[in-house]
Amino acid sequence: MESNIKMRTENLDFFYRNFQALHHISIEFVQNRVTALIGPSGCGKSTYLRCLNRMNDLIPGITVKGKALLDNQDIYDPSIDVVTLRRRVGMVFQKPNPFPKSIFENIAYGLKVNGVKDKAKITQIVEKSLKQAAIWDEVKYRINESALGLSGGQQQRLCIARALAVDPEVLLMDEPASALDPIATQKIEELIGKLSSKLTIIIVTHNMQQAARVSDRTAFFYMGKLVEINDTDTLFTKPGLKQTEDYITGRFG
Amino acid sequence: MIKKRLFMQKMCFSFLRMAVLINGAALAVILYFILSRGWRAISWEFLTQAPRDSMTAGGILPCIVGTISLCLITTFVALPIGVASAIYLNEYATQGKLVRIIRLGINNLAGVPSIVFGLFGLAFFCIVLKMGVSVAAGGLTLGIMTLPVIIGASEEALKSVPNTYREASLAMGATKWQTIRRVILPVAFPGIITGSILGLSRAAGETAPIMYTGAVFFTPDLPTSIFDEVMALPYHIYVLATAGTNIEATRHLQYGTALVLIVLVLGMNLFAIILRSKMRKKLRI
Ligand SMILES: Nc1ncnc2c1ncn2[C@@H]1O[C@H](COP(=O)(O)OP(=O)(O)OP(=O)(O)O)[C@@H](O)[C@H]1O
Ligand SMILES: [Mg+2]
Repeated sequence: MESNIKMRTENLDFFYRNFQALHHISIEFVQNRVTALIGPSGCGKSTYLRCLNRMNDLIPGITVKGKALLDNQDIYDPSIDVVTLRRRVGMVFQKPNPFPKSIFENIAYGLKVNGVKDKAKITQIVEKSLKQAAIWDEVKYRINESALGLSGGQQQRLCIARALAVDPEVLLMDEPASALDPIATQKIEELIGKLSSKLTIIIVTHNMQQAARVSDRTAFFYMGKLVEINDTDTLFTKPGLKQTEDYITGRFG
Repeated sequence: MIKKRLFMQKMCFSFLRMAVLINGAALAVILYFILSRGWRAISWEFLTQAPRDSMTAGGILPCIVGTISLCLITTFVALPIGVASAIYLNEYATQGKLVRIIRLGINNLAGVPSIVFGLFGLAFFCIVLKMGVSVAAGGLTLGIMTLPVIIGASEEALKSVPNTYREASLAMGATKWQTIRRVILPVAFPGIITGSILGLSRAAGETAPIMYTGAVFFTPDLPTSIFDEVMALPYHIYVLATAGTNIEATRHLQYGTALVLIVLVLGMNLFAIILRSKMRKKLRI
């Protein structure tokens, strides 16, 4: 069982200067499973997610205590190369953020910065990634056009393809469908289902149905603390705590 | 009530429109003035010959070449250093006290009168570094004067690049430098170049910084190295208008030179604008 844990945190504390945004968060993420993080706005879901690929490092004045481990290796250890970590732990953001480059260049970017030079290989991976993200058929005839000309839903799938191109082991998704219409959302959800056979996915969402549909496990956060974590089915049908029940049934106040 | 608000709106719009009109009118008057008096001086000979007869006849080729060479040195000095400083200040340096002090210094540098730069250039480049009065010394002096403008323009351009681009790039395992080089600079480039060219075109028209460091009263020879002294358009105008052998008789030459200088400067600005719109189109933003 232990070997199935791809990533985990132990008593993770996080501070924005003096403000403690996370308190003793311990979660285990099982390999090739989807874990959903839910909880009211401002409870620390994004902060937690961004601890897992050290995106928070960009913010001045932060402190991290406790442990975050990827394959049993502490990612906050000084010997860890953050650049490599971020290649292994990919991220998709809330708002689609393609580069002002062509569709092809957007996907090829991650490969190029990671030292892939072989043109044929790049072309092949670009195509594979776009297919994986279920957007190939929509863009294959305009692959050299600007990515900014795509619709929001297409842009988000492009960003997923871009993240997949560098072959990450873990994929962090911060409300990836919150800016999208129901059809685009459905496409993203189907995509998550497919991808989970190859990757460990951690997804933040405000949408209870979405969490129920796409995830194997669900963690409920409240005010910087992990309140409850369980198999998604159990958490939604038989929540262990009143607080969790109130939140998932929308009786939160 | 509604009437009062509409009246207010009309008032304000009229005022704003006036401000723009005054602006445009000033430019038009200057252009008309110089064009109407200067165009007669313009001829093939004027543009391709050196001055003759104690600068009361002949052309201004040495001045054109001089100003362009000064401008080139200025560009080579100020552009790389300015852009590099801006990248460091905006992307690398931890925003704190030190950076604030450096910024304050740069802003103050921008406020130093140009004659002070001229004297500094004379003392430092010409005398201490033994460059003498030369294109190199003049260009360096202009370069230092232009640095704050280029740093300011570049920082603005870098700041306008959305942070989401930086995050997206870093999240894919790009290093900071790769992110700057491949994502941020291409997006910021049009703004950097436009702002810088505007600063450089300003420098092209300066007299005070070069009159002790790079430009001379008269030399019929074109520069052959960066350690030669040159004539320059703005200084030539100043000389003809205040210290020439016959100020009245050379009026048309003065206006002609001014016209050439203005065309040069406006040309640079126009080039900046065209370049920017071209690059914007290429980036499709
Ligand atoms: N850069 C920052 N500096 C200081 N405090 C911050 C910063 N970012 C977030 N916080 C604070 O940390 C807490 C957790 O924020 P976080 O963004 O992680 O919440 P969230 O659960 O993702 O909320 P949402 O659902 O609205 O996205 C909030 O109280 C927020 O105000
Ligand atoms: Mg969030």
